[in-house]
Amino acid sequence: MFAFIVRRVIAGVIMLIVMSLVTFLLFFASPVDPAQFACGKNCSPAIKEQTRKALGYQKPAVEQWKDFMVGIFKGRDYPDDPALRKAAPQLVAHCPAPCFGYSVLNSKTVNEEIKRAFPITLSLAVFALILWLLGGVALGCIAALTKGSFIDRGLVGISLVLYAFPTFFIGLILLKFVSIKWGLWDKPEYTSIADGGVFSWLSNLFLPAVTLAVVFMAAYVRMTRAFVLEAMSEDYIRTANAKGLSKGRVLVKHTLRGALTPIVTMAGLDFAGLLAGAIITEYVFNFNGLGKLVVDANRTYDLPTIIGTVVLAATFVIVANIVVDLLYAVIDPRVRVA
Amino acid sequence: MDSMASRATEPAPSFLSVRDLQVHFPTSDGLVKAVNGLTFDLEAGKTLGIVGESGSGKSVSSLAIMGLHHGTNAQISGEIVLEGTDLLGLTPDEMRQRRGRDVAMIFQDPLSAMHPYYTVGNQIAEAYQVHHDVSRGAAKKRAIEMLDRVGIPNAQQRVDDYPHQFSGGMRQRAMIAMGLINDPGLLIADEPTTALDVTVQAQILDLLQDLQREFNSAIIIITHDLGVVAEMADDVLVMYAGRAVEHGPTNEILVHPEMPYTWGLLSSVPDVTADTDARLIPIPGNPPSLLNPPSGCSFHPRCPHKDKVPGDLCRTTLPDLVPGQRGPGHTKRCHLADPESIYQSEILPEIAPDLVEER
Repeated sequence: MFAFIVRRVIAGVIMLIVMSLVTFLLFFASPVDPAQFACGKNCSPAIKEQTRKALGYQKPAVEQWKDFMVGIFKGRDYPDDPALRKAAPQLVAHCPAPCFGYSVLNSKTVNEEIKRAFPITLSLAVFALILWLLGGVALGCIAALTKGSFIDRGLVGISLVLYAFPTFFIGLILLKFVSIKWGLWDKPEYTSIADGGVFSWLSNLFLPAVTLAVVFMAAYVRMTRAFVLEAMSEDYIRTANAKGLSKGRVLVKHTLRGALTPIVTMAGLDFAGLLAGAIITEYVFNFNGLGKLVVDANRTYDLPTIIGTVVLAATFVIVANIVVDLLYAVIDPRVRVA
Repeated sequence: MDSMASRATEPAPSFLSVRDLQVHFPTSDGLVKAVNGLTFDLEAGKTLGIVGESGSGKSVSSLAIMGLHHGTNAQISGEIVLEGTDLLGLTPDEMRQRRGRDVAMIFQDPLSAMHPYYTVGNQIAEAYQVHHDVSRGAAKKRAIEMLDRVGIPNAQQRVDDYPHQFSGGMRQRAMIAMGLINDPGLLIADEPTTALDVTVQAQILDLLQDLQREFNSAIIIITHDLGVVAEMADDVLVMYAGRAVEHGPTNEILVHPEMPYTWGLLSSVPDVTADTDARLIPIPGNPPSLLNPPSGCSFHPRCPHKDKVPGDLCRTTLPDLVPGQRGPGHTKRCHLADPESIYQSEILPEIAPDLVEER
């Protein structure tokens, strides 16, 4: 088991290194000059060149990637060019290891940006995950147990419709009607637990989390229904019934356990994807999470932020994959390595 | 017997008495008549072998006795009286409480019949806990006792193993332990040895017989293997297309079969002691469709002896299940007037020439 984890982690790290290199190469393959964006309003060729040097954009892409990798382990100082640092030591910003870079546009290290934005995204993703898992699995079970009835058809039909709705549409409806027009819910505005307490944190997260959860839930209802139905036709369910177990116990202990593996896989990967930022939901509700950070960075060609968030997102997905694989072993004894 | 009993027309009620059992499944293609008018009795401590091809209704009838058609669209009628109670008249919950306690079942493939994610001990203890208000520890202790009883070596440790860590034979032993843990009066074994090695098959059958003596359970053993029947059963019921076609004591049926389908089954049993050019004669054709069964006797399209019946009787009239030439205990569903002589002169020389010579 330990060897398995070590192998997976090493493979993951290699994958991350390759990803970051590819991101650098792709970034510089574009015809846009990133220094132009970072240069500001009163841009002259001289200032532009200086900005370029401050960010290290004048170096070849591979060289910059090396600087980035070194920064992760040793930390970096900005501006990148030693001559510039010497000229204006009061403007030097130190970015301690692990350094993802320094964003001139935000005048902050990327780490600080991520540290600020990540709790918002994490709260949203966790809340949404709980909502959609509970709702999706429960409704999926109901649909499977009442297969062919009006309840089943209704649930499947509604989830198909909801699944087809884009997130921004559901988000806008909730915001515009439920919150603003009908005043059923305060307009969400992220407040951390430290600022407003648990209740305010939860209540502000509710509408965005529902927005996110609805689409996922629709998918999970259909998936749970399919897997529960499949498990119900297994021989071991017949055995459980033959023992005289109650319906509830057969469903929870035997059928759901059998249907759990694919649901856990999907949930892990979906959750990891959300940790990289729920772009649309965050934009609709104006939450300053990772999703918004990513989009803004891409609009302004803010290379350090782009690289930092890409590596972070990739890390989440790789870690989630490893966790899901480990969960398999917890769920299914046949997978356990002796 | 006293005079009161001998005067009564009805025999004393048996332990299990199935009367005119019908199990039909409505499908979009029409009504599938899986079991049609099945009737038999079984005494406590005795074994009934139900024999037939796939699709002859063996498993469907046993699932009906277990009440496991609840929740499907099966239409069941008739009577299944177990110790004086008609199981078909019970509510689903009353039936659930009897399942596993009064009637238990062993399935064909023990690997798929056990939950892969729970330990063997957990699954056996669960069967005990449903019907007994005991602690987990006590149930587990009982599970270990039962595993030990069915011959699992080192039961104390093996109880925490998962089904995939058991061999096929051990899994089936564990299934038997699970079936017998509540000491049920009736055990239904649905092809219990089909998925096992031949050497293991004999061990499992021996075990079942031992346990039957110990627990005095009635056993219904469903099989297509006449060897299993010869070994285990007191009575045999041969099923074809959802109907009983021959029913009687095992010796009678195996030595003096009166129905061409039974002859066919006997002819297709391989014999290890026979010389290599002895013929194995399969029954021609395929099992009939249960959606649209043949007219008259369901076996007539495959029956090589139907021309020995006068007229078109086989095609037009379903024969009744009535006693044949060998007394009231042996019933058969066939129009042939003198099946015994046909069997002795035509069938037996083909399948067992040495038996004929001996006479």
